[in-house]
Amino acid sequence: MLYREAGQFKESYAADMAIFPIRQDRIGLAIILVAAFVGVPLAASDFVLAVVMVPLLIFALAAIGLNILTGYTGLLSLGTGGFMGVGAFACYKLTTAFPDLNIVVCILTSGVVASAVGAVFGLPSLRIKGFYLAVATLSAQFFLDWCFVRIPWLVNHNVSGAIEVPIRTLFGVAVTGPNASPQVRYLVILAIVTFLTWIASNLLHGRVGRSFMAVRDMDIAAELIGIKLYQTKLLAFAVSSYYCGVAGALMVFLWYGSAEPAVFGIDQSFLILFMVIIGCLGSLVGSFFGAALIYGLPIALRNGLGALGLQIPAATVEHLTLMTVGGLIVLFLIIEPHGLARLWQIGKQKLRVWPFPY
Amino acid sequence: MRAPSETAAGETLLAVEAVSLSFGGVKALTDVSFDIRRGEIRAIIGPNGAGKTSMLNVVNGFYHPNTGRITFKGTTRPKMRPHEAARGGIARTFQNVALFRGMTALDNIMAGRTLKMHRGFFWQLLRHGPAMAEEVEHRRKVEDIIDFLEIAHIRKVPVGRLPYGLQKRVELGRALAMEPELLLLDEPMAGMNLEEKEDMSRFIVDLNDQFGTSIALIEHDMGVVMDLSDRVVVLEYGHKIADGTPDEVKGDQKVIDAYLGVAH
Ligand SMILES: Nc1ncnc2c1ncn2[C@@H]1O[C@H](COP(=O)(O)OP(=O)(O)OP(=O)(O)O)[C@@H](O)[C@H]1O
Ligand SMILES: [Mg+2]
Repeated sequence: MLYREAGQFKESYAADMAIFPIRQDRIGLAIILVAAFVGVPLAASDFVLAVVMVPLLIFALAAIGLNILTGYTGLLSLGTGGFMGVGAFACYKLTTAFPDLNIVVCILTSGVVASAVGAVFGLPSLRIKGFYLAVATLSAQFFLDWCFVRIPWLVNHNVSGAIEVPIRTLFGVAVTGPNASPQVRYLVILAIVTFLTWIASNLLHGRVGRSFMAVRDMDIAAELIGIKLYQTKLLAFAVSSYYCGVAGALMVFLWYGSAEPAVFGIDQSFLILFMVIIGCLGSLVGSFFGAALIYGLPIALRNGLGALGLQIPAATVEHLTLMTVGGLIVLFLIIEPHGLARLWQIGKQKLRVWPFPY
Repeated sequence: MRAPSETAAGETLLAVEAVSLSFGGVKALTDVSFDIRRGEIRAIIGPNGAGKTSMLNVVNGFYHPNTGRITFKGTTRPKMRPHEAARGGIARTFQNVALFRGMTALDNIMAGRTLKMHRGFFWQLLRHGPAMAEEVEHRRKVEDIIDFLEIAHIRKVPVGRLPYGLQKRVELGRALAMEPELLLLDEPMAGMNLEEKEDMSRFIVDLNDQFGTSIALIEHDMGVVMDLSDRVVVLEYGHKIADGTPDEVKGDQKVIDAYLGVAH
């Protein structure tokens, strides 16, 4: 079956406004979903699930969060790590305060706390833009870092100062804690990430998404068509931080198992920012690509070099990956500022008209 | 000259009274008064830097005048924010196209419907049921505008990639999507070739006839101004130097001097 629009006449505006108007795209999506929900858990080893797939999905979710703010609304943020931390600590407080509360509910609710904190730190965006806003979010990052370390109440006064994830089950199966199997963790994360990606896609394709992009592209004109700048920017901060918060909670509860506050430092903010830039500013699928590349590349390098029989010290591999990622970012900024998702688009466009280029 | 339309004699829609505006030492507007009647096309002309754009900025709330009053639809407001002007029914296009460059032509025009869409945030998260019904209803209206402006073939193109003339058309479409009562057009034909100018003139006359939209039109091309407008205001160095029908203005000695650049 050729990848074509031709012959698929859209009978209604609703069909034309569907998020995937081309049939092959919908089929492709269905295949990916089946593969992700059925194929991967059956085929992949525990190692691949726990070390590759779980982190990748979590990073993709955080990247979607930052992308909503930076890619769609044009507000640069360096506070992602902090907002993820808020989600993680909120989830910890929730699960320990209400031990009987369903873990998925806890995780999804902890995003609400992150969302509120994000909106508060978004207040400066009403007055300042661009570089200055980035500095303001940087101070949010440092302030939150400080809170995570200095407020023992956040970790229930654990002497270690770290979040120690309690054991929680879902339908009798362990989801968090040492006994949770990679399969279960992967499936729970996948379900949450799929659901939230669908929600984000809905939001961004409608009125709210258009106001975000309007503010990003030309704030004067946005105001002129009746969009309230401050409401829109705060909403973007709130929604974005929700996603980051949930990603943070998932990171600690379903990946790390325990976490020091340092996990949510400025490094994390930059890592997610790189994912968004390489993936594509203003693209949901790009967030997945970016996460896959930035997180997957070091793993691929490490294992690839090992498989080649090269004995390279771990530190050198670390340096190599840093250099490769740095080089890639520079390369993308120069050659294809729209990132991997743009290459994907171009590929599809070529395929759509193949074999006649015009 | 255009035959005076019967709507042109409507009641006053906008009254600008004794408005002055300065930026530091620069006096952009000094004691300017004029009015726009319901249903008319009102041209604002004058040499570069005369204060035409500043006048529009005052009308839709981007600039707040130092003195003077603006009355729109019977209400006088000392200060109006741009989004309040939008809510009140004032739409505009810009001298330098101000489109949302990363969005498609369709999305740009859909964005113009923002104020008319009321489904709340949580419905938006689902994009089903009432939210989708609303989206479809507004898409239908937007498609009418797209047909009217003859831009159906480019509706899915990101506007940043469109040629200038089409960008101006999309910008007009976005303004029309607001179903404004007063439309402010800042040099809608600047930089266009003859054919594009003719198209744009036709759209302006048609939308004035069909929807009864009142229009304030800044334009440098005298031919266009004489053809389209019901009445003309002439500004020079921030002062109003003439006001009347195109014929009256054309014969005015001050206007002739201003345009020929006679020293003061
Ligand atoms: N934001 C601003 N800050 C400072 N001065 C301004 C500003 N906006 C306009 N001016 C000044 O006000 C005067 C009138 O400018 P305006 O843009 O209204 O003229 P115009 O009639 O639209 O000219 P043009 O035909 O070139 O578009 C100019 O001297 C301009 O430099
Ligand atoms: Mg001007």
